[in-house]
Amino acid sequence: MTGSEDDTRAAAPDAAGTAVRLPPRPAGADGAAAGYRPGRTLPLAAEWRRQAARRRTQFTLAGMVLLPVIVLLAFQFGGGDEDEGRSGRGEFSSLAELATSGGLNFAVFTVLVSSSFLLVVAVALFFGDTVASEASWGSLRYLLATPVPRARLLLAKVLVAAGYAVSAVLLLAVTALLLGTLRYGWHPLASTVAADIPPAAGVARLAGIVGYLLLSLSVVGALAVLLSVSTDAPLGAVGGAVLLFIVSSILDQIEALGGVRDWLPTHYGQAWLGLLSTPAQADDIVRGAFAAVAYTTLLLAAAWWRFLRKDVVS
Amino acid sequence: MAVGALRSLGGNVRRKALAWWPTRPRHRFLAAAGVVLVLAGLVWLGWPAASPFRRADRVLTVDSGPGGRESTALDTSFYVPAGASAADAVPAVLLAHGFGGTKESVRADAEDLAAQGYAVLTWTARGFGRSGGQIHLNHPDYEVRDAQRLLDWLAAQPQVRRDGAADPRVGVVGGSYGGALALALAAADRRVDAIVPMITWNDLARAFAPNAVGDDPATGVFKKSWAALFFGRGGAPGAGTAGTPGGDQGSAGPEPDGAAGPGGAAGPGGETGAGGDSGAGGAGGDGGAGDDVACGRFAVDVCAIYRQAGATGRPDAATLARLRLANADLRAVRAPTLLVQGTADTLFPLAEADANARALAAAGTPVRVAWFTGGHDGGNGPANDRDRVRALTGQWLGHYVSGELGRPANSFTYSRVAGFAVGERGLVASGYAVDYYPGLAGTDRREIPLSGPPRRLANPPGGAPAAISSLPGAGALSGLAGSLGGDLPGQHADFVSPELTRPLDLAGAPTLPLRAASPTGEAVLFVKLYDVPPGGRPTLVGGQAAPVRLTGLPARVEGATPVTVTLPGLVHRFEAGHRLRVTVASADAAYATPAAPAVYTVAAGDAPLLVPDMPGRAIPTDATAWRYALLVCVVLGVAAAVLVGRRRRGRADIAVEAPHAEDPLVVRGLRKVYPGGFVAVAEVGFTVGRGQVVGLLGPNGAGKTTTLRVLTGLTRPSAGDALVFGHRLAPGAPVLSRIGALVEGPGFLPHLSGLANLRAYWQATGRPVADARFAEALEIAGLGESVHRRVRTYSHGMRQRLAIAQAMLGLPELLILDEPTDGLDPPQIAAMRVVLRRYAADGRAVLVSSHLLAEVEQTCTHVVVVHKGQVVADGPVADIVGDSPTTQFAVGDPAAAAKVIGDMVGVVSLELDELGGIVADLGTVPRGAAVASLVRAGIRVDKVVPRRRLEDAFLSLVGEQTRGSGDR
Repeated sequence: MTGSEDDTRAAAPDAAGTAVRLPPRPAGADGAAAGYRPGRTLPLAAEWRRQAARRRTQFTLAGMVLLPVIVLLAFQFGGGDEDEGRSGRGEFSSLAELATSGGLNFAVFTVLVSSSFLLVVAVALFFGDTVASEASWGSLRYLLATPVPRARLLLAKVLVAAGYAVSAVLLLAVTALLLGTLRYGWHPLASTVAADIPPAAGVARLAGIVGYLLLSLSVVGALAVLLSVSTDAPLGAVGGAVLLFIVSSILDQIEALGGVRDWLPTHYGQAWLGLLSTPAQADDIVRGAFAAVAYTTLLLAAAWWRFLRKDVVS
Repeated sequence: MAVGALRSLGGNVRRKALAWWPTRPRHRFLAAAGVVLVLAGLVWLGWPAASPFRRADRVLTVDSGPGGRESTALDTSFYVPAGASAADAVPAVLLAHGFGGTKESVRADAEDLAAQGYAVLTWTARGFGRSGGQIHLNHPDYEVRDAQRLLDWLAAQPQVRRDGAADPRVGVVGGSYGGALALALAAADRRVDAIVPMITWNDLARAFAPNAVGDDPATGVFKKSWAALFFGRGGAPGAGTAGTPGGDQGSAGPEPDGAAGPGGAAGPGGETGAGGDSGAGGAGGDGGAGDDVACGRFAVDVCAIYRQAGATGRPDAATLARLRLANADLRAVRAPTLLVQGTADTLFPLAEADANARALAAAGTPVRVAWFTGGHDGGNGPANDRDRVRALTGQWLGHYVSGELGRPANSFTYSRVAGFAVGERGLVASGYAVDYYPGLAGTDRREIPLSGPPRRLANPPGGAPAAISSLPGAGALSGLAGSLGGDLPGQHADFVSPELTRPLDLAGAPTLPLRAASPTGEAVLFVKLYDVPPGGRPTLVGGQAAPVRLTGLPARVEGATPVTVTLPGLVHRFEAGHRLRVTVASADAAYATPAAPAVYTVAAGDAPLLVPDMPGRAIPTDATAWRYALLVCVVLGVAAAVLVGRRRRGRADIAVEAPHAEDPLVVRGLRKVYPGGFVAVAEVGFTVGRGQVVGLLGPNGAGKTTTLRVLTGLTRPSAGDALVFGHRLAPGAPVLSRIGALVEGPGFLPHLSGLANLRAYWQATGRPVADARFAEALEIAGLGESVHRRVRTYSHGMRQRLAIAQAMLGLPELLILDEPTDGLDPPQIAAMRVVLRRYAADGRAVLVSSHLLAEVEQTCTHVVVVHKGQVVADGPVADIVGDSPTTQFAVGDPAAAAKVIGDMVGVVSLELDELGGIVADLGTVPRGAAVASLVRAGIRVDKVVPRRRLEDAFLSLVGEQTRGSGDR
């Protein structure tokens, strides 16, 4: 329908005509159209491409490359103020002072400064945006009418969001490692709490740090997914997840809460710093991993339960 | 439409306000129960627990001293578990405090033990706090006899379990001064059932005048800083203990009293109250007090030994003999003993516990040794190490005193600082166990070669400046920093090992041969062990220095005979790639060194350093349990997910209702009530057959869209069902793949082009690309080149056309279109009619919803009229749209006209309409005849219109709309 009725009339018989030439193919026992299999709907590659084309994905990933550059420039042109880096992390505050001692240290420092907020926002964005943005565009109902089974839709969305979150953190760490190595050289991982860690082992430590960080961020992701299936406002889901994460972090600072703090999902958020000492301290990491897995499972299960029973009215 | 959209938006908002709160009563109950449970859990977590014990403070007057003729008032606290009584007597623990402390120093430990079910008696030792008497340094006639009187008192308490008439079931626990008392009491009194002496001495003389060569206190190097601190702790009456160094510094004090108890749960408290009272207490008790200004609350003989040693820097024989009075006669100890010693302890190093353990073992007394990372320098140690010591103590008392627990393992345990704690301030330690006690020398030893040329080092005159190896009284700071002052140039010699090829787990006392030369024939040296990481700062292991006094030395080192230096007991892990460095220094700030300047020569490396390499295995911590919990959790989670997935797949509904297998759509008794009770669809039922274009007609809010939502699997019906080719519709039902839909307007990814959107949609279906028939769909969309533009830039009509094209992708057998002509211009609407008719022509079916009568009439073959959620008319358009028997007359005088027509024979019904005309069912009367009659009657006839049935049905709805459906 280009606006001219003649054009349409010319086209319409063709559409209907081919249909006639195509007798209805036998459907499966479940009544599905030929070629339709529930397990093949919304392939991960398709979902990956759907998200890859989005500006917010591209900007976020670009930001992960850009941040190490900014940090590098800041170290390059910033004044040598001695007070910098005293971020109140006690013995670990010296990470900033050591950041320019080598590529590994630069990468660790970059990950440290971004872990408390930037990565949280990035992860919340990837996960919180998944279902809610489809709902806000109205495309969610067409996916469900296709039908993409709801469990599969959620699974694909979560897996792809996880893929992007992992890519983002890896991109940050690898960029920082490359940039730092180019600028400051390939040196052992220095730390004031322990002896220098040789580069090969240092890379393993960095990988461990990134891995644990991802695990603890998965709680934010799962929370964002739960909010995402509960609202049609993508920013509400993202903002809500970040907000709750910050509230949990604040509560964790209040020592008067005592043992209750151990149950906060963010309580072991900094446990990865234990990987900087020699030998690596894994106890808090294990507890943190347990907490992260437990919270993620619970939140994802809640999201799944809710999404499967939800009336999609957007 | 816009109003409808707004209204439905408002409805969504209202519905979502409480969307998280379940609507079904059962779910509501569950949710409420969940909330209550969570709140109850929080309250339970935060609720202060009822005190499990009572505390009674008494001043007990005991008769002790030589012959028991001096009575002294002791300030005591007695903690009794809440359940204890004469009928249910409990075992007791005598809990002694450290030097300079009071009973309040061990309060946290006392409460902890009382909570474990022991009657705990704590007291302030004589010479301290509010207790009377003077300090006699655990003299058998004074402090030890005091404690024996306390045992008598315990035996008289009805709540305390007894082994005999005056024999209470009792364990003695204490740290440092209190630990030594435990040993001495057990030696003096067989009524003691078990003891846990911590961080205490074996030989007080050796502790204050150690010599790492030969071990003879007579040639020892005076530990002047510690001695000064101790003496200061005795308290001068004028100043009170508050004015003395370390008097109120908590864990930084010379006696980390918290460590004195079983783990020091709360850490040592301040002692401000005790300090102020010490002067007053000094006035009471045994008479004959010495010079108060010089000696404070020390007994005269104790005061004298400090004066002697402090003045000369060399304790004489009398001083050493007096110090030895504080040593327990270990041959007499029969009580099973748990010896806990700290690795961060330059006052009573591990060697003291080692000597105790050997002596006790030689006497056949059950003994167990544990090292932890605290001590007089390290305080209580890291929290997890405190917990370990606490568990060991509880186990020991639980077996040998209360008898409730099994025999403790005979293993030797030790710990090592693993690093800084991440979560909170402080350190973390990891524990290790060995099946037997290997002693300080160890059973596995590694030889570490050392190299370095002989060096000359200067002894500073007066002992200053000196290297600072430890800071007595600085608590945890001193033991760990290790690199405090460093060694001074010209005052030390270094002997370095090659890089370690594999890690070395040092636990014990390394030894090495040393040669030294001195022009005076005598030398005082300090031998220290450093861990030198590659590129890092060397750390002084354990903050320990081994003092050595050598006599009879030659002037030149070549002629010197090697002596074997035993370093203090250390626990440290040297990583591979690190070096060991032995540093020999000529002065150390903590010790008294010869005042005369001299230049020594030192050589080492004749034989390798012998290092005990402990074969310890890591003690599982609760983190290990978490590790398993994590594993189990993950495995269970995966299994649960797989099971749920299987079950869901197995539940797939493949049943076909045969009678409707050929019907594209059958809707039966459909009802939808939204959360909140809003009835969107009351009851709707209709059938869409092959080849039909069915119009779902109704005003805004009639329930059309809700019906379509159910038909596209977006919502579940509250009642009724829908069948597509005989398959029941449910969210996600595979049969939905045979439906193409446009519901509630287009929904596209705004950042993709129209074509990319269609491709993305088809990819999501997972079906072969060839089945999509993009060309036809695009033809229908008719977007031309615009199809390559981002959807964001599309007009409403363009999106609508793209959405219709998307619904037709794959030419589904049933097409469901919600208001398809919305946003289209008239030529496009006309074209759409043709498309839809032809689409259905070959056996497919189309369901179109609309609120426009004309559109349905022109497009559809069948029509279903819904209103207020119910079907009001249903059938082929031809049947319904065709002429109805009624005719509308627009006349000049309705009343007269009504009379004229009403009088005609054959007219079935007649009514006035609100537009000033009449509507009549003329029955058998021809329309022409009726008009003729009216004209004959002189009534002006403006218009005669045949009414159609569909219009009747629909107009009746529209007429009511403002009252009815519009509010829905």
